[in-house]
Amino acid sequence: MRGHMRRFAFRVFVALVVGFALFPFGFAVFTSFLGGNALYDLRDVEASSFGIANYRALFESGQYFGQSILNSLQVAATVVGLSLLLGVTAAYALGRIAFRGRGLLLMAILAVSMFPQVAVMAGMYELMHALGLYNRTLGLVLPYMLFTLPFTVWVLTTFMRDLPRELEEAAVMDGCSPWRILVSVFLPLLWPVLVSVGLLAFVAAWNEFLFALTFVNQDAGRTVPVAISLIGGGATSRELPWGKLMAASVLVTLPLVAMVLVFQKKIVAGLTAGAIKG
Amino acid sequence: MAELVFDNVSKRYGKGAEVLRDIDLSIAQGEFCVFIGPSGCGKSTMLRMIAGLEDISAGELRIGGQRVNEMAPSERGIAMVFQSYALYPHMTVYENLAFGLKVRKADRAAIDQKVRNAARALQLDGLLERLPRELSGGQRQRVAIGRAIVREPRVFLFDEPLSNLDAELRVQTRLEIARLHAGMPGTTMIYVTHDQVEAMTLADKIVLLNSGDAVQREGSVAQFGAPLDLYHHPANRFVAGFIGSPKMNFIDAELESATPHEALARAGGTAFVARVDAAGSPRGTRIALGIRPEHAVLGGVAGQPNTLAGTVAFVEQLGESTCVHVRLDGGLLFTVRERGDARNRVGETVTVRCDPADVHVFRADGRSFARTRDAAAPQALARA
Repeated sequence: MRGHMRRFAFRVFVALVVGFALFPFGFAVFTSFLGGNALYDLRDVEASSFGIANYRALFESGQYFGQSILNSLQVAATVVGLSLLLGVTAAYALGRIAFRGRGLLLMAILAVSMFPQVAVMAGMYELMHALGLYNRTLGLVLPYMLFTLPFTVWVLTTFMRDLPRELEEAAVMDGCSPWRILVSVFLPLLWPVLVSVGLLAFVAAWNEFLFALTFVNQDAGRTVPVAISLIGGGATSRELPWGKLMAASVLVTLPLVAMVLVFQKKIVAGLTAGAIKG
Repeated sequence: MAELVFDNVSKRYGKGAEVLRDIDLSIAQGEFCVFIGPSGCGKSTMLRMIAGLEDISAGELRIGGQRVNEMAPSERGIAMVFQSYALYPHMTVYENLAFGLKVRKADRAAIDQKVRNAARALQLDGLLERLPRELSGGQRQRVAIGRAIVREPRVFLFDEPLSNLDAELRVQTRLEIARLHAGMPGTTMIYVTHDQVEAMTLADKIVLLNSGDAVQREGSVAQFGAPLDLYHHPANRFVAGFIGSPKMNFIDAELESATPHEALARAGGTAFVARVDAAGSPRGTRIALGIRPEHAVLGGVAGQPNTLAGTVAFVEQLGESTCVHVRLDGGLLFTVRERGDARNRVGETVTVRCDPADVHVFRADGRSFARTRDAAAPQALARA
């Protein structure tokens, strides 16, 4: 009897947590299909107020929303690719090779991620200008790596360090060069971790707002978060196109949800990979 | 051809003391050589130096007459079976076997041929498409050996390959390794273990390594020789105590007199005769007598030479034999290996006796006096 009660209480608790987490998103999806007065007062909701008008409006001529999504995809994918490449190679050195100052270097890498974005803004602005990356969408890759690289390197180093030493030695005996060891032996074992880390980097780059707002100021080059923020223009809150905003938010969230669902198994495997011996 | 020579080789880490010192060994082609020693003696390090996974700090290592100190592991013509097997977890058995050859850019058909031959020899035919995690411990072990075989090495290295197997499989795999060696007569095999039985059964030659202070004093190699040589003619007290199980009994004694064939000694009140050449050592020299449990028997008359009195302290019955631990009157514990049907009770008063031919004698610094047992044996025969 008590066990029964306890299980019931647990389920209620789980339902509360899930509700708390999903309600905003559910509400956004719901709102995105509404039009007219129903947007502002749920008492006005009727069958005719549902529709995909908000979504259609996003892609009407004169809008850059479609372009923004492409921009974001491009930037995020490039950030993931570069972060993984640099992260894996750095992790190989930091995790497998003993050299003087390794701990210090790791700390320095971690320290980089401790600066708030605003603090590096001015310097980064100069740097972007000097490199000719200012106002180019793909130029955002550079500042984004500022926060994706430290955790990529750290997580990969941790996993790289835990790979059995004998495995590497067996590969050495088989005549592998360090690069071959990395590609043929270590990468296949690190797949789950790479997927997890890559996904996190993707999400971070996809959602980033401040740098994107500052370093790109032409409408065709915006990334999605900035594009959404500019949908309403400078209007007062009463005139904000809530329907369109919600539709855009849903569209932006969907790729992330889809990716997490696709890679879910890999992520779980990645998070627990250290627990089992290879 | 593939003779393996250690020429005054040493190993130290950084500026620390040498962990391996003054190693001079010559292992003939085709020989099965076992490195054995207490834990921490550096036997695995020595193996890894041959493999090229550890640098050689001083001296020269030659394989087939060629200096290999600076050669990359893959250029030395060696293959290694790791303790953990170190199979590539994401590759099938076939890919594991083929990987080394593929890295070497061998011809695809030749790779296939070699892999299938090795698989057949090791009874892995049906498992080629499996992943390592789908194999049993014994099968993984065979894949690890197969991976070494396909490379047709000059020198085959084993790093405690049986330590992850259960007892039954260990015996079986030991026999397989012996068979493997017999089937590859030109291949030198080096095998690291801490298990005496493996060493005694597999080896043509054993290298017993010193540990601790003895390394600095006498170098790393305590003795290098055939298994029975180490058993019957240990170079010093450490070797005598390490080889053989249960451990040899040691009794402190004083030398009474010595000829080239026989020594007389006194331990407490008991006189001992030993067939050793201690000639030249003065009367009163501090020595230690060594008697193996399997060479002592219960019985004899107290007061006679080579006979000690005591009480049974405890008894271990192993089935095929019984270890009787006797507390001697001097307080020392002495182990006797009796037949399996011995029925001695704890607390019983007994005497322990041994043959003069079976008594080892060691100097105070541990070095042994040469035994004259084998010289004496033909005389005994002639008398009979």
